Amino acid sequence: MEVDVLKRVPVREQEPKVRAANFEEVCLGYNKEEAMAEATRCIQCKNPQCVKGCPVNIDIPGFIKELAEGNVGESYQVISRYSALPAVCGRVCPQETQCEAKCIRGIKGDAVSIGKLERFVADAAAEEGIQPEKAESMNGKKVAVIGSGPAGLTCAGDLAKLGYDVTIFEALHKAGGVLSYGIPEFRLPKDRVVDREVENVKSLGVKIETNVVIGKATTVDELLNEEGFDAVFIGSGAGLPKFMGIPGENANGVFSANEYLTRSNLMKAFDDTYATPISAGKKVAVVGGGNVAMDAARTALRLGAKVHIVYRRSEEELPARVEEVHHAKEEGIIFDLLTNPVEIHVDDDGNVTGMTCIRMELGEPDDSGRRRPVEVPGSEFTLEVDTVIMSLGTSPNPLISSTTEGLETNKWKCIVAEEENGQTSKAKVYAGGDAVTGAATVILAMGAGKAAAKGIHELLSE
Amino acid sequence: MYKILKKEYLANNIWLMDIEAPRVAKSCQPGQFVIVKMDEKGERIPLTVCDYDREKGTVTIVFQIVGASTQEMAEYEVGEAFMDFVGPLGCQSELLELTKEELKKEKLLFVCGGVGTAPVYPQVKWMKEHGIDVDVIIGARTKDILILEEPMKEIAANLYIATDDGSYGFKGNACDQINELVKNQGKEYTRVVAIGPMIMMKFVALLTKELNIPTIVSMNPIMVDGTGMCGACRLQVGDEVKFACVDGPEFNGHLVDFDQAMLRQRMYKTEEGRAMLRLQEGDSHHGGCGHCNG
Repeated sequence: MEVDVLKRVPVREQEPKVRAANFEEVCLGYNKEEAMAEATRCIQCKNPQCVKGCPVNIDIPGFIKELAEGNVGESYQVISRYSALPAVCGRVCPQETQCEAKCIRGIKGDAVSIGKLERFVADAAAEEGIQPEKAESMNGKKVAVIGSGPAGLTCAGDLAKLGYDVTIFEALHKAGGVLSYGIPEFRLPKDRVVDREVENVKSLGVKIETNVVIGKATTVDELLNEEGFDAVFIGSGAGLPKFMGIPGENANGVFSANEYLTRSNLMKAFDDTYATPISAGKKVAVVGGGNVAMDAARTALRLGAKVHIVYRRSEEELPARVEEVHHAKEEGIIFDLLTNPVEIHVDDDGNVTGMTCIRMELGEPDDSGRRRPVEVPGSEFTLEVDTVIMSLGTSPNPLISSTTEGLETNKWKCIVAEEENGQTSKAKVYAGGDAVTGAATVILAMGAGKAAAKGIHELLSE
Repeated sequence: MYKILKKEYLANNIWLMDIEAPRVAKSCQPGQFVIVKMDEKGERIPLTVCDYDREKGTVTIVFQIVGASTQEMAEYEVGEAFMDFVGPLGCQSELLELTKEELKKEKLLFVCGGVGTAPVYPQVKWMKEHGIDVDVIIGARTKDILILEEPMKEIAANLYIATDDGSYGFKGNACDQINELVKNQGKEYTRVVAIGPMIMMKFVALLTKELNIPTIVSMNPIMVDGTGMCGACRLQVGDEVKFACVDGPEFNGHLVDFDQAMLRQRMYKTEEGRAMLRLQEGDSHHGGCGHCNG
């Protein structure tokens, strides 16, 4: 296969028109020939900048070198020394602002397609039945991990590799956290990717107990004092949805993105053989501009709706990944930018009949450095919709912080923890991920899980 | 898996089951609820805790067949198991937060309707165990659909049965019975706890507001995760929007917007009805439900 060193090997995708009507994965990924060709574009920098751009510091040139030589198994073992979830990260990490943003190739031409290569290695290794390497012996110490999302799985995986006896407690009936309930099938296949990576973490000796709500069934203090755990990691995520507080928001047909996505992803409401219903809507407005908003919009589209994204700032400020916005547009999502909802119209039966919006313009920069959107007086108009999905972000669930003595939180109810080792205000208790930072990305949560595993190891090996 | 250790038919399509769930049994309190998911493809069904045995590690649930999922649930037998059973969820009954001295000063009246009688039972039992005497009203359309009369009689100071058709006990609904006790018999209550169909709780709350008796109701709206994540169970309570799963399920009955809650309860009615028909008629279902184009 011929390679233009300035250009990345293109990746195959499902046609927009076809994929808009199915839940199959959008990006089809590289085959071995394409992956090996792309791998040759890496110039194996002596001082690799890409590694610095990665929140879990994967030896990127290392795994790419093995791949370029066709050694998939070796390449996988290089990655799995750093990451428990390569098939996930290869799909949902914002590589364009992390590793790939720092790639020397990117200065003149395209950066090496690091994410797609990572994805290929993880998928190919799984097909060959290759699993991460287990600890040689156990050290007899027990660690409890709360939450089986990216932070928890990473922390558990790292500790298990060091010989700890790790149990993950998951509140839902299925492991994976946001990877299972939040990110849709078409971006992150559940059986083929999420379940498999969870199995890989289990293959390291990690136990996962589902249906256990910490703070209700048992508490952090009980885990430490009664159940014999030497340390606890809290990776419970940021689960509580925000609403706008506008009139009509409790109408039938107004959902949080969490509810809409949970029904579709976790409960598989899009599949008729599952019992959970979903009111998909025919004309849907998704309020918000983040990755979750794109996921909700593209899910509604696949369930047969005409979908508008309603976002109060301009395209430049959209917090979603460029790739997601691009995919959404290709599939036919309509973007109503510089637009903000004012009121939701409700009929006598309590159903949504429309939404009044107002046009916005950008004023002076606010605290976030982005220009503040201001209403344009008299610009109200009505969007005829039967469904409104609020995707305005989430905040941490107070369930654990309110039932754990001596655990400090900040004014946003986030748990206070040291960045370098996850240590909280309470001895033997560590935390990381969205529970600490508020809603962020999968890879940042993984980075925090990794840092906490290191912190816990330092504590317990003293 | 969570094994079914006991199954009993109560009345009117209402079933009782004891489920082996040691973690839940160890920590649950009256007022809290659990979520049951029968199998891989099942819904997450919220059910209030109706009793528990901490030593045996069992939790009692009571449910009424109202749709396809509960119909399927009633077909499970002793020895079989549910795939998922999570809890306890929600807050314990707020009465449990009071000190014994404070409770001694209360004159409590529990009002139950239909399947709502079941979650009242552990609260009354808890009161009895803590030396607090309480009165209980069970309201039903007719005698045949009453549940838990005998066990309730053993723990309530006074048990009043009210039937709409007068086939048993007092003739009238729960509100008529409250009026009879308070207005005609001069009974004084410092607090009412009402659990039952939303329409019953609405009218009990309207009456007790007039009678100036603080009233607690237990809400059972549509839920998905039950841990605060989805917001499907949100309710208007006074000026605030509350999530029944984490802020409740008990609320001040005088502040709950029942009309909105009842509309929200109907959200999936058509879909539920459709699922019910599919289940009852199976392959023989060829239209008539209004939704299948048949």
